[in-house]
Amino acid sequence: MRLVVLPVQNRELVIIGGGPAGLSAAVEARRLGIKDVLVIDRESEPGGILKQCIHTGFGLHVFKEELTGPEYAERFIEQAENLGVEIMLNTMVIELTADRRIVAVNSREGLIEIQAKAVILAMGCRERTRGAINIPGFRPAGIFTAGTAQRFVNIEGYMPGREIVILGSGDIGLIMARRLTLEGAKVRCVVEIMPYSNGLTRNIVQCLEDYGIPLLLKHTVVNIHGRKRVEGVTIAEVDDDMKPIMETAKFVPCDTLLLSVGLIPENELSRLADIEIDEVTGGPVVNQRMETSVPGIFACGNVLHVHDLVDYVTQEAVSAARGAASYLADGGKKYKHIPVSPGNGLRYVLPQRINVDAMPEERQNFFMRSVRPMAKARLFVESERGVIKSSVLRYVKPSEMISIQLDRDEMRGIKMLNFSLREEGDSVERGE
Amino acid sequence: MSAANEERTVTCIVCPSGCRIKVGIEGSEIVRISGNQCKRGADYARAEVTQPMRVLTTTVRLEDGRLLPVKTASPIPKVLLFDAVKELSGVRVKAPVKIGQVIYSNVAGTGVDVVTTRSWN
Amino acid sequence: MVDVVIIGGGVVGCMIARELSRYQLKTVLLEKEDDVASGTSKANSAIIHAGYDAKPGTLKAKLNVRGNPLFDKICSELDVPFKRIGSLVVALNEEEVKVLEELLQRGKTNGVPGLEIINREKLMEMEPNISREARAALYAPTAGIVCPYELTIALAENASRNGVEIKLNSPVLSIGVENGEVLAVRTPGETIYTRYVVNAAGLFADEISRMAGAEDYRITPRKGEYLIFDRRFGGIVNTAIFPTPTKISKGILVCPTVDGNFFIGPNSNDVREKDDVAVTQQGIEEIIKSARKLVPELPLKHVIASFAGLRAVSNTDDFVIGASKKVKGFINVGGIQSPGLSSAPAIAEMVVGILKEEGLELKEKSDYNPERPQIFKFRRLSCQEKRELIRRNPAYGRVICRCETVTEGEIIDAIRRPVGARSLDAVKRRTRAGMGRCQGGFCSPRVVEILARELGIDPLEVTKCGSGSEILRGRTKEFIETGGVTGAK
Repeated sequence: MRLVVLPVQNRELVIIGGGPAGLSAAVEARRLGIKDVLVIDRESEPGGILKQCIHTGFGLHVFKEELTGPEYAERFIEQAENLGVEIMLNTMVIELTADRRIVAVNSREGLIEIQAKAVILAMGCRERTRGAINIPGFRPAGIFTAGTAQRFVNIEGYMPGREIVILGSGDIGLIMARRLTLEGAKVRCVVEIMPYSNGLTRNIVQCLEDYGIPLLLKHTVVNIHGRKRVEGVTIAEVDDDMKPIMETAKFVPCDTLLLSVGLIPENELSRLADIEIDEVTGGPVVNQRMETSVPGIFACGNVLHVHDLVDYVTQEAVSAARGAASYLADGGKKYKHIPVSPGNGLRYVLPQRINVDAMPEERQNFFMRSVRPMAKARLFVESERGVIKSSVLRYVKPSEMISIQLDRDEMRGIKMLNFSLREEGDSVERGE
Repeated sequence: MSAANEERTVTCIVCPSGCRIKVGIEGSEIVRISGNQCKRGADYARAEVTQPMRVLTTTVRLEDGRLLPVKTASPIPKVLLFDAVKELSGVRVKAPVKIGQVIYSNVAGTGVDVVTTRSWN
Repeated sequence: MVDVVIIGGGVVGCMIARELSRYQLKTVLLEKEDDVASGTSKANSAIIHAGYDAKPGTLKAKLNVRGNPLFDKICSELDVPFKRIGSLVVALNEEEVKVLEELLQRGKTNGVPGLEIINREKLMEMEPNISREARAALYAPTAGIVCPYELTIALAENASRNGVEIKLNSPVLSIGVENGEVLAVRTPGETIYTRYVVNAAGLFADEISRMAGAEDYRITPRKGEYLIFDRRFGGIVNTAIFPTPTKISKGILVCPTVDGNFFIGPNSNDVREKDDVAVTQQGIEEIIKSARKLVPELPLKHVIASFAGLRAVSNTDDFVIGASKKVKGFINVGGIQSPGLSSAPAIAEMVVGILKEEGLELKEKSDYNPERPQIFKFRRLSCQEKRELIRRNPAYGRVICRCETVTEGEIIDAIRRPVGARSLDAVKRRTRAGMGRCQGGFCSPRVVEILARELGIDPLEVTKCGSGSEILRGRTKEFIETGGVTGAK
């Protein structure tokens, strides 16, 4: 074998992933004056999952208008091109080390080795699959995750089925219920094991109620029928411990089962680089500048935690780019962090630790999710000295992220931060 | 809308509160709106009961077979969504296209244009 | 006129086919599905047992002990990963420790090398995640793991390169017998005249035997269910870990796979239908409960797939191998349940011996090549090798399955090789594309595209596992006229 030794490329900022997070970070990085910004993406076009999200609902916060996914993406692609961001397409990163060495692969150049001064992780997330949730029954053709079905319909132009049952009321599943109905398929029902939906209210109304598609709360799929192709599913109600009540089981004929049962941050590369992962979010533990436990490696978007709105992804990507810029400027100065923790009523808070003096801006964004729906709740922000801030929130849902900002002055000198949510008044009626 | 007196419930999507708004109808008149927490909610509920409107997003084919995502430039009556999809299903578009380009006019007789939501070379 | 027709493309049929391909013979292998390894051979525990378990004197005992040491050579010739990781039978109480002694004695009688009973300390050192209740274990260093479908496919490919004709989608409709002698085998496409028929039809061996008018025995499908875990947790155990066996079964084990995952299972339930590979809620609960007794901390959130396989259990309680006394030229190779995979090489030797006894002349071929050309597995190559491979063939630079790092080059190769992949599952079994934690969510649209292009078919014709399992139902817009266009509510 002939020995081919290619020189290692030295780059200033490498962003892994060219979806909304990566593109937003790249644009911001260029604006901040970072000259050498390289985005690596495995697809033949930048834009990530937005390309197949042809529905509206994107950009209300960032652009103050309602855009479709491709429109939202194109705005950033255009900006990135105008600002001279280099985008390497059809390229898959297969290795990342803690000293920010990247190995990527593509057909043109083969194996590419890059030494980056700073890295932003923006790989997004993947869908939970059937195996992870152990549905009994056969393994025939006709079982798709909602996102895979969306790709087949909106990018490839194929219909995954004619008669469809959707398990899980995640937003992609709801969006696909409408999309497939408009394409002439019959969506029999959406089955959700929880007593509340995991999707945005807007999607429940406009994707299901508009088309008379039943949403069966506290139900699940207990069997899949069909040796070669799905012939139907058995659905059943579940009790308060989420165990199926077999007396309620009934057969629903269909040729396709779509799964919309959640998303998981895609952190294979992060693990290779020994980045600390938060078991709750499934993404890296980050600080005030979106820096992971490995200095010089930052993260934003769905690789960090799963978002409900792309607008928040952009906001977070902007913070990550600012973080990377400050890292490149201060040469990786070490900072002490104080812990930020979720208390009662919250699943997680992000960032998980901060240094108040090293905040890139005067205000810090915190993102969090509640453990259950609450009609009215009070959010408390406490330090070791007591409550710093509290505010009333209405209609909190686990599916909708809570975002709050704190001023630097509110946090000066504190040793810890704890966020908690206390329900006030009546709880939301189940099933509403 | 039926001529009889009735009360309809609308889930408001103006904000995350998701109010269940009750709209009382007598004949063809809206006589009562309750359950909303703001004026925008009342307006939304009124529109949902009289003439609900939706933006349609779908795809059409380029002549070379690729898919082109499109939307109606503004909301169209909900009852016409399927007619609009049907009308658009035979449409073929010649590349290249720019984002925002009108590829079809007066879809389903609504007077609304259908525009592209991405550029294709 | 051919010399031998083998019915069944499982590991046993394919092992026999390869063994026969050494000789100057015309051999045909018939498989009813669209790929080899589509039945019991694709869903089992994948263990090459040491051989202490089977009752002394049985074919199971004899062929297991004989088959085990043959795996190193076969797997190296065929470029199939095989790891001799050893197995442990764990005793959780004093009663069970006594059983270990019996097993040790039985193993010695069967001729199993290297068996020893290890104490708690040694066990904890070997398997730190084992239950604190464990008292002792029987250690069998010669036990190993292999990927059973990868092995079966490799055997079929090698047999095919050496001249065996492998016919897929060819269920046997009838077997012609004349004057008490095998004459022909009929499939939907043709009638193949032959001197010998080897019945390696797995779960259906009883039906094939009856079809020929040969010996009457019964195969009962016995289901075993499994859960596979994310590769990230592959290190939870290092050896194949069994509970102390009961009269009925070897029990539910916790075991690494050759690809770096680990699995728990199988349970053991007789079922009525020979295609009932449905996973059940009770089954999943049962294997979790049992596996936890061995390894209490299972990462249940990281299960990536559940599946079931069927054992071909004969009513004779042993393998049914031998020339038919009723129909000359008909050889039964039935009831090959555990330790069938471990015994397969020895079964093939035995069957070739029987054919010889029955008058088949075996002349060695001069050009027989036992080796399968190297299969490039991108993820297993060094940086230098990856670079060189992409330079020679750019398709190896396009990663299609990101979970298992499988490239387009590997998928194209899997389609173009002998006994090439024709479906999504066949690609998956050959390349692992779709076998990782996302279970094909990301790569399946791309694999569909590559299959359609390579096979020159419409993407709508691409199947998951043969006719009737088409992935897609139509093109967008096609259903709009016919669909329920009733207007929005």
